[in-house]
Amino acid sequence: MDPMETIRQTFFQECEEQLNETETGLLALEIGEADSETVNAVFRAVHSIKGGAGAFKYERLVRFAHVFETALDGLRNGALEASPAVMKTMLRSADLLADLVREARGDATVEDERLETLRGALAGLAEAPSEPATQEADAFAFQPLTLCLDDLGPPAPGWRIFFRPTADLYRRGNEPARILRELAELGDLDVACDASALPLLDAFDPGGAYLAWTIDLTTSAPRERVEEAFDFVVDDCDLRIAPLAAAPESETPESETPEAETQNADPFAFTPLSIDLPAIDAPPAPEASARAPARKPEISRTEAPVSQTIRVDLERVDRLANLVGELVINQAMLSQSIVEAGLPRASKAFDDLSALEQLTREIQDGIMAIRAQPVKPLFQRMTRIVREVADATGKMVRLKTEGEATEVDRTVFEKLADPLTHLVRNAVDHGLETPGDRAAAGKPEHGEVRLSAAHRSGRIVIDVSDDGKGIDRARVKAKAIEQDLIAPDAQLSNAEIDNLLFLPGFSTAAAVSDISGRGVGMDVVKSSIQSLGGRISVSSRPGLGATFSLSLPLTLAVLDGMVVKVADQTLVTPLTTIVETLRPKAKDVHRLGVDQRVLADRGAFVPLIDIGREMGFRFTPADPQSGVVIIVEGDGGARCALMVDSILDQRQVVIKSLETNYQQVQGVAAATILGDGRVALILDVDRFVAGAAACSQPPLAAVS
Amino acid sequence: MSMKTMSMTILTVDDSRTMRDMLNLALSEAGYQVVQATDGAHGLEVLRAEKPDIVITDINMPRLDGFGFIEAVRQDPVFRRIPILVLTTESAPDKKERARQAGATGWIVKPFNAEKLVSVVRRVAA
Amino acid sequence: MPITDASAGASREFIVLRLDAMDFAIDIMAVREIRGWTPATALPHAPSFVRGVINLRGAVLPIIDLAERLGFAPIELTARRVVIVVQIGGRLVGLLVDAVSDILSQPLETIQPIPDVASEAVKLYVQGVFAFDDRMIGLIRLDHLAPPALGEAA
Repeated sequence: MDPMETIRQTFFQECEEQLNETETGLLALEIGEADSETVNAVFRAVHSIKGGAGAFKYERLVRFAHVFETALDGLRNGALEASPAVMKTMLRSADLLADLVREARGDATVEDERLETLRGALAGLAEAPSEPATQEADAFAFQPLTLCLDDLGPPAPGWRIFFRPTADLYRRGNEPARILRELAELGDLDVACDASALPLLDAFDPGGAYLAWTIDLTTSAPRERVEEAFDFVVDDCDLRIAPLAAAPESETPESETPEAETQNADPFAFTPLSIDLPAIDAPPAPEASARAPARKPEISRTEAPVSQTIRVDLERVDRLANLVGELVINQAMLSQSIVEAGLPRASKAFDDLSALEQLTREIQDGIMAIRAQPVKPLFQRMTRIVREVADATGKMVRLKTEGEATEVDRTVFEKLADPLTHLVRNAVDHGLETPGDRAAAGKPEHGEVRLSAAHRSGRIVIDVSDDGKGIDRARVKAKAIEQDLIAPDAQLSNAEIDNLLFLPGFSTAAAVSDISGRGVGMDVVKSSIQSLGGRISVSSRPGLGATFSLSLPLTLAVLDGMVVKVADQTLVTPLTTIVETLRPKAKDVHRLGVDQRVLADRGAFVPLIDIGREMGFRFTPADPQSGVVIIVEGDGGARCALMVDSILDQRQVVIKSLETNYQQVQGVAAATILGDGRVALILDVDRFVAGAAACSQPPLAAVS
Repeated sequence: MSMKTMSMTILTVDDSRTMRDMLNLALSEAGYQVVQATDGAHGLEVLRAEKPDIVITDINMPRLDGFGFIEAVRQDPVFRRIPILVLTTESAPDKKERARQAGATGWIVKPFNAEKLVSVVRRVAA
Repeated sequence: MPITDASAGASREFIVLRLDAMDFAIDIMAVREIRGWTPATALPHAPSFVRGVINLRGAVLPIIDLAERLGFAPIELTARRVVIVVQIGGRLVGLLVDAVSDILSQPLETIQPIPDVASEAVKLYVQGVFAFDDRMIGLIRLDHLAPPALGEAA
């Protein structure tokens, strides 16, 4: 790739980090949990974005970042107070800045009106900031000064320069010799050095300045070009530049002498000194002696002390992950071949195979660890959602997060954003009350939305909770009846009512607000979570709030499964859902209604599911005693018993999407490829558990 | 000249990866060796370990900012005369003046292009 | 497939196959590969013309019985049957056919609209006809073959 393009990518990556930094810092400032470094960090982040944006000529981004930065500078130096109103503008600006970055990347467009409004608001905070971009952009574009601008007057044959450095010039690391070298590039030099001020050795201060130069430069270069050579030192020297007289041999520098004389006690001590120009290239003595000849190669030339990481193109990691997936499949095929070849269990081939399996699993884990990423950026994104919805609904909300460092596979991470956004929106829009209602209920005006993530038995669990009014069960039930989702006389437990929220087409909002009611209901959240192999559940306490819990696999790439046979079909049951397997005794199987059977299992009755019939693989009911029963657990701990013909194997399987080329299939979570090279379906256990629950309570569903 | 340029090492101190990468690209292409640091404190470590010929530093940085960094460099007798260029987006005179007071040799106004950068570096290069 | 607005004189290659003694053609641009039949894994709740899924080098490929989809009798499964892997939109789909009979090049302007006598099913899945060696060949409209995805159902 073009190196500048690579840097552009880096810039956008860095922008994301800096935008996060900005938002986190501003939020801390808003709630008064910031220290002096916080505002500095925010300022730096915005400043950095501006710097990089300038390099890539993202003018709109530069201009806005500049105004924003100026306002932040006000916060930094105390000219501006972090009042709620100021912080609101700052946070909105951070959002706009993020959108401008996206715009620069080509992923979004920002309306001019929004930009101007906030620019105005910021400028109002920080009294008329200067316009930066135009000048800087010009400086970036090209160097007009180096180009030959014809002098308006008759061209001088050159310039006579009088130059007397002060001690500060040396102190700042400048060297007259280097300036002479630069001048020499413009034309012929005739240099006279006045060393008259040199003290005797015992009075010599190595940091002092004792020399002055008179330089005749024969050149066609304009004065500005000559001045440019003195750009860095103009305040640290006595400098005069005059057009060279037609006769450059003139010995007496008239224009310079008056003042020079006042400084040079004895004008006759003025000693013309011819300087051998090539010698100027030699490094000045003090630095030369200081420079150690040997460098230490063992010191890292990059940024080792800060972090020991490398950045890898995501595509490469994904490719590797896919390859490992293929490896798992191939290894399964190999093991099948070895079994089919009839080799004895004690043979070396089996030992080698199990070593290979071990290695494959370790590689698999290694790749997953590389792709794992903390949920923090996802949670940070939610702060903006909370802010926007709070603004739109006039509610006051604080977002608390927990477990931000919890890691999840990238594939899961990306697909979590939408459902999480929806849940957070809902929490603010439907869950929390208005400040007035809260006050009336004796609650603090600020509502709280809490996001937490944790690992629990090989899954990631994410909770979205609010301390609002909780689910209005009477209203939910009424709505469900009105929408024909349940029978009017249905007897439902509280949990069942809460779960009505997930029914397709269900919507409680009395007036569909434009925030949560974008035609997307909880059923869509649920199905997208399920398509990730996840589960969602809700719990609510009236007046105290509601919690939505997501439980997801850590990765979408592999799962441990039990391979079973049902009506000649090979199926996989995810191991994490399995509670136990057993051969049912006749006395434990009970009929319930026409077509339902339940299994008595440790005092509880668990619905028996005839997988083969449910999936249409056969029409005759299975005999529970002829096969095996797998007790599985789904959402919220409900169980059911799956009847299968036999258990074949227990192994890690690579998850393949059915939706890539086909579509979602009821009762099927995904597909995999087994050792014989054939596709096997992975059961969607939740579907069966939920289905069983629905069937075991016929009155619940009006349309079953 | 070209031989000398080849052996010259430049330390760039900037907390922005983008800016470090851009400096690195422009300077490497011009034949300089580049060593990098991510803030002033890190800059001092790398400075002492690598003994560069020229330093280019940003101003706004965590831990130790550009002003503090330059002051610390100037206090080290070994680096009292080393050319130090500051990167600044502000052509604002007060920033430049503060950097000069701290001991900066010159400045580079961001955004810069590779040509401009190299010409400024050459101005202060021994 | 912008077949209709192609410029005059342009030709396209087609794969020709026989279904129930009739000839059909598929634009070769959409064909990814042609492979032999291997037993498919049945899918629950699928329409009968979806014969299941097979493993196509690690991807899960749905197999559609083209004869049944066009309203003919289902294809009898033997190892000699052929699967034409086509790309429809972003998806790969395997079309189960009896056999592939020919590959031919045909000028686009010779393709005519379907005669009005055709059944609704044929009109839905055939986008035009052309004559070749005294035979009439129906050009299959691929984008309607796959069952609509759950979210896309009208």
